[in-house]
Amino acid sequence: MAEHNVCVELVRERQKCTFEVQELIHLIDGGITATEERREVENVVCTDPRIKDVVPEEYLSHKERYENAIRKNCILQEILKKYTEKRTWDNFRPSNKYRISSGVVKDISPFMLHTGMFIPTLVNQSDDEQKAKWVPKAMSMEIIGTYAQTELGHGSFIRGLETTATYDPNTEEFVLNTPNLTSYKWWPGGLAHTANHCIVVAQLYSKGQHYGVHPFFVQIRDIETHVPLPGIKVGEIGPKLGFQTANNGFLGFENFRIPRRNMLMKNAQVLKDGTYIKSKNDKLTYGTMVFVRVIILFDLAFELSRAATIAVRYSAVRHQSQLKANEPELQIIDYVTQQHKLFIGVSTSHVFRVVGLWLWNTYVKVNADIGKGNMDQLPELHALACCLKAVCSRDAAARVEEFRLACGGHGFMTSSNLPIINGIVSASITYEGEFSVLMLQTARFLMKAWNGVLARKTLTPTVSYLSKFSNSDRVQWANTTAGIISGFQAAAAGKTKEAYAAIQSYLKPGTDYEDAWNSASVQLVSASEAHCRAILCEISWSEMQRLSKTVSPNLGKVLLELAELYLTYWSLEKRGDLLMYTTISTADIAKLQARYEELLALIRPNAVGIVDGFDIRDEILNSTLGAYDGRVYERLMEEAKKSPLNAEPVNESFHKYIKPLMLKAKL
Amino acid sequence: MNKVNEDLLRERSKCTFNIEELTHFLDGGIEVTLERKRREQAVLSKREELFCGVPDEYLSHKEKYENSIRKGTILFKILRQIYNMENSNLSDYRNVLNGVLGASISQDGSPFGLHYIMFMPVLISQADEEQKKKWVDRALNCQIIGTYAQTELGHGTFIRGLETTATYDLETQEFILHSPTLTSYKWWPGGLGQTANYCIVVAQLYTKGKCRGIHPFIVQVRDEETHEPLPGIKVGEIGTKMGLNSVNNGYLGFDHVRIPRTNMLMKHAKVLEDGTYIKSKNNKLIYGTMVFVRVIIVFDSVNYLSKAVTIATRFSAVRRQSQLKEGEPELQILDYVTQQEMIFTAIAGCFAMKFNARRLWDTFNGINTQLHEGNFERLGELHALACCLKAVSTADAARFTERCRLACGGHGYMHSSNLPLTYALTTASCTYEGDNTVLLLQTARFLLKVWREIDTVPVTPTIAYLKTVSSPGFQDKWENSIKGIVRGFQIVSMKKISSCVEIMTNKIMSGMSQEDAWNTTSIQLVSAAESHCRAIVLSTFHEDLSKMSSTVSAPLAEVLQQLLELYTVYWALEKYGDLLLYTSISKTDIEYLRRWLVTLLGKIRPNAVGLVDGFDIIDEMLDSTLGAYDGRVYERLMAQAQKSPLNADTVNKSFHKYLKPFMKGKL
Ligand SMILES: Cc1cc2nc3c(=O)[nH]c(=O)nc-3n(C[C@H](O)[C@H](O)[C@H](O)COP(=O)(O)OP(=O)(O)OC[C@H]3O[C@@H](n4cnc5c(N)ncnc54)[C@H](O)[C@@H]3O)c2cc1C
Ligand SMILES: Cc1cc2nc3c(=O)[nH]c(=O)nc-3n(C[C@H](O)[C@H](O)[C@H](O)COP(=O)(O)OP(=O)(O)OC[C@H]3O[C@@H](n4cnc5c(N)ncnc54)[C@H](O)[C@@H]3O)c2cc1C
Repeated sequence: MAEHNVCVELVRERQKCTFEVQELIHLIDGGITATEERREVENVVCTDPRIKDVVPEEYLSHKERYENAIRKNCILQEILKKYTEKRTWDNFRPSNKYRISSGVVKDISPFMLHTGMFIPTLVNQSDDEQKAKWVPKAMSMEIIGTYAQTELGHGSFIRGLETTATYDPNTEEFVLNTPNLTSYKWWPGGLAHTANHCIVVAQLYSKGQHYGVHPFFVQIRDIETHVPLPGIKVGEIGPKLGFQTANNGFLGFENFRIPRRNMLMKNAQVLKDGTYIKSKNDKLTYGTMVFVRVIILFDLAFELSRAATIAVRYSAVRHQSQLKANEPELQIIDYVTQQHKLFIGVSTSHVFRVVGLWLWNTYVKVNADIGKGNMDQLPELHALACCLKAVCSRDAAARVEEFRLACGGHGFMTSSNLPIINGIVSASITYEGEFSVLMLQTARFLMKAWNGVLARKTLTPTVSYLSKFSNSDRVQWANTTAGIISGFQAAAAGKTKEAYAAIQSYLKPGTDYEDAWNSASVQLVSASEAHCRAILCEISWSEMQRLSKTVSPNLGKVLLELAELYLTYWSLEKRGDLLMYTTISTADIAKLQARYEELLALIRPNAVGIVDGFDIRDEILNSTLGAYDGRVYERLMEEAKKSPLNAEPVNESFHKYIKPLMLKAKL
Repeated sequence: MNKVNEDLLRERSKCTFNIEELTHFLDGGIEVTLERKRREQAVLSKREELFCGVPDEYLSHKEKYENSIRKGTILFKILRQIYNMENSNLSDYRNVLNGVLGASISQDGSPFGLHYIMFMPVLISQADEEQKKKWVDRALNCQIIGTYAQTELGHGTFIRGLETTATYDLETQEFILHSPTLTSYKWWPGGLGQTANYCIVVAQLYTKGKCRGIHPFIVQVRDEETHEPLPGIKVGEIGTKMGLNSVNNGYLGFDHVRIPRTNMLMKHAKVLEDGTYIKSKNNKLIYGTMVFVRVIIVFDSVNYLSKAVTIATRFSAVRRQSQLKEGEPELQILDYVTQQEMIFTAIAGCFAMKFNARRLWDTFNGINTQLHEGNFERLGELHALACCLKAVSTADAARFTERCRLACGGHGYMHSSNLPLTYALTTASCTYEGDNTVLLLQTARFLLKVWREIDTVPVTPTIAYLKTVSSPGFQDKWENSIKGIVRGFQIVSMKKISSCVEIMTNKIMSGMSQEDAWNTTSIQLVSAAESHCRAIVLSTFHEDLSKMSSTVSAPLAEVLQQLLELYTVYWALEKYGDLLLYTSISKTDIEYLRRWLVTLLGKIRPNAVGLVDGFDIIDEMLDSTLGAYDGRVYERLMAQAQKSPLNADTVNKSFHKYLKPFMKGKL
């Protein structure tokens, strides 16, 4: 790493840091051993000479870029396979251990869905016999799969999917069909030219009866030749905002037959004679959805930490404008407006991580209870995961954009990596549950809960606060962290109550409940958001407080500053809510503002240390602006020199087009 | 003409006003519309060459550049024809460009853009008569192609800090241009990479051993015949970006490059043969050009956003998703109130900003005449206004465009929707021509000055409200009307400004320096400047619409009134924290506003498609699979995907090379 000298600004910043950066690194990883293991994986991969690009991927054509991504991801998987042979595979819990994949290909891997959805679905939804048959092959990547649910015509409304799987008892097969254009599968990552298998979600028909959507295990390409099997129409959907190397595909079926036992049968089943056996519990599929959303939360925390590292280091290196005449230009990180853009994003990364882990632990507990036959907590967990996924993905995208804009013009360069991170993060607002749709799901749960409040029932843990605030119109404000948390709960309760009232008020005679629901939906989304913010504030504060006691005092202090910054920032952002639902006064708000500015100043000297604590290697950061050594301008220029356009002094288009144009002007 | 989608047909038949009337109104008169259509026809006559072939997004970065040069030269020819045909004068070229060519040269910008947008205007406004004679005609005919090189690797915002030097050499009567450091390299100018052979370089002028500050020079960078960079010139492109990838932004370094004395643009300041420096008589004129460019940017923001809303509205009319009521057909997503809130507010935003851009343009023209007569009284006000309007209109356009993109679900993430590129264009404009934070701080500086002098100096039009709402007899009584809300925003602005003055005064009294007080208050200063701008935007929209509503037919006037109300109520609810804090608005008022919002959405709903049809953006310029006039969304998505070169082979070669050996464990 000490290849180049570190620029003076960063040396100075690091000297100022008041806490032990290594300690923060271990805290984030979850212990010294975890840090060591992560670094070991990163070292094995980064020292492989085959993963270095001569021409950066963003200069390639769409096709070449895909080919390059396949080449390098195969190498990566092979290295990881060797690495994991000696160990137990531990990819299925939130961890930063394998982030090195973004050091291999900058954008999304065509294998992402294989590990992210194909394997988890196989594990969760196939019966034991099926598992024994498929899972080992998938784990060793003898077969490569993806998850095909969304169609051209349907994403959010899964019940509306049009692909059919009709059981033929004569041959004991399902016949898959895509009866029209809108029924083509559309979006699955790796589906286009990479996967040879996939899970297909289709409408099941047996004995002339319709049984709703079910998952099927389908081979789509020949194992040897990779040629699409007869009856399969498959290809890629084209370039996108990001995910350029994800190889998202489309898929159509024409009377394509698969064996009966290719339906995933852990829950529902079709017997040989075509008899349909219902799943014992519909709610079980919530499990996988919750799992995926927890992982998304954790991924968002990581992407935010990448963007934060880039923007904070760059802001320490960049000097711009004289605050005082005749003094040197200020490091832009010293502008308070800049701190306002940066530090909330840094803090948000920590908040998402700790809340993500808390959600994970809750999920593990609930899962254990399910094992014992107790599913009571599943709807609540699901409602919570919905709004957390929705709100956090949107917040993360906003923060990444703020980081990018805070880097001025240079943030717009691909080589800053912020545009690519933006592409990755903003996609998550849509996939695995579109924002508004998820918020409205949580809102349904909240409306039920409010019914419970009215009926004086005891509420489940995450919404129990609602009853606490159901009577009082405005809650007593206190300018403390506990006061802020209770203020957010009061706002959530107030908004839930008002959304409930709004539905009632739209329910004039002759109006359906659903129309009233639709009219109130802007308020319903707003209630969900308030609920989610209350959870984020409460859990992040209690978790950060807990953690701060496990570390040395200097680091503990920094953790609390970050956590308090988060609460204060959001109180100011949502002061309208606080004014509506608590007794907060103008003077209180002025005090919060002053405290907020104080916290920015407290965090300022440690800012570089805090992002160093994310410990993201230059190879994973992929950024000219964010590298550890701060050689920003040198790297910008070095990277520009790699452009194939710069390889020749005169581009051929001059002779072909420009010169004739200029000549014609002279005539 | 393809068959138009049924839902769109139905939407159009519901429209209550005359769409053509709206188009004429938006264009600024029927003649303008006809002229625009003529120009569009000229471009469409080259349909084959301009709009066919493999779409740009599949090409490598280099091929994309070459293609944009090819297309750019075709458009140049069309442009020449139009000149000859219409006998256009110079001041009209911008109009010609904006009308059609600007956008359709390439969806991702053009390497020739800066030639028109900056090179020519600067020549015209800063060259003396003799220089104009020498250069302007050649530039207009494209005998030379230029760009504007100001920003350097190290400096963008702080222009006084530029490091490129131009030192006058008495002996040879030449300037010696030099880039003494890496950070002094020019970085960003559009077309500079491989395209331009001339450029205007902004450099620090040295004569007789003294630095005279920054001045513009016209510099030849490439040979007119061979296009080779001239000796001492280091030029290339800066690499790929988040968007604008066809713009060919470049870098430029000088190694003691000599240019004749007469290549300094000498309309204002001069250097005589003997090296005597003659100061500009009025260096404030330069603000005039800055204001001009920012007015154009406000117009551009409206254009980008109009595209985004056209796409999102038409798609939402075609897309059906989810059953609101069990057993009924799936709803057009345009019927979900959450969807309406996202899209209709953006439509209203187009109109609000259009009215404001027009007003700014008129104010600019009025004041510009005064400027050239030597009257600078209103320059500060105009500059402050242009700064905040540029900042707010670009930030809003980016935010609303992103909301429109998200409102299209997964398909909005497809490149072929054209929403990703449109977002990139809007967000870039948050940075170039003045970083938005820096601009808002400039407006804030003006506002503080105004506030301090409010009782002693006569107030000018755009800030007159500050005096009104702070005068002793002023009644702050909340009123649930457009006028009442506008008043409310004016009060918020006034109170924020006065509070900033108070906070800063206190800080200075307690011993803080003026600059530190400024910096530590800057978050609130930015917020005050934004509030000022919101107050202006709302009141201008309100006033100007009221003035013109009698000139349009009643049905159109009614719809415009609804948009005004929607825009105003939306922003009141967005900023209700401010209103609660600073005005006498009550909780009941806010509940009233919420219902008003839902009512307005319902009123606009039947006219939504008509409204965006009124923008009259032809399919070739919209370039969107989701937004085309005929609404054949799914057919177009699939057709566009089929153009992918990856889809030309069923098996990509990377399978045999990498994937297969890897799956067999033999890599
Ligand atoms: C990068 C990326 C990768 C993906 N990868 C995969 C994959 O691997 N496999 C796969 O199967 N899918 C994948 N998807 C698809 C993804 O799951 C869907 O895009 C997502 O579920 C949203 O559905 P949609 O696109 O149909 O949006 P739509 O549902 O059409 O949403 C459009 C708009 O309608 C609104 N809307 C819809 N229903 C309602 C309602 N009931 N109430 C109010 N508003 C409503 C939404 O809020 C939204 O504003 C991917 C998508 C992306 C962007
Ligand atoms: C797409 C694109 C095209 C461009 N084309 C051209 C071109 O053709 N020709 C050309 O010359 N230039 C061009 N530019 C450059 C552009 O003008 C600059 O990027 C812009 O002026 C911003 O300056 P910067 O990049 O130095 O940002 P910086 O000033 O470095 O800003 C970084 C951060 O510092 C903060 N900051 C800086 N100063 C202050 C202050 N005084 N107070 C508080 N905060 C501060 C900003 O708010 C921002 O958050 C282009 C840029 C882009 C993105």
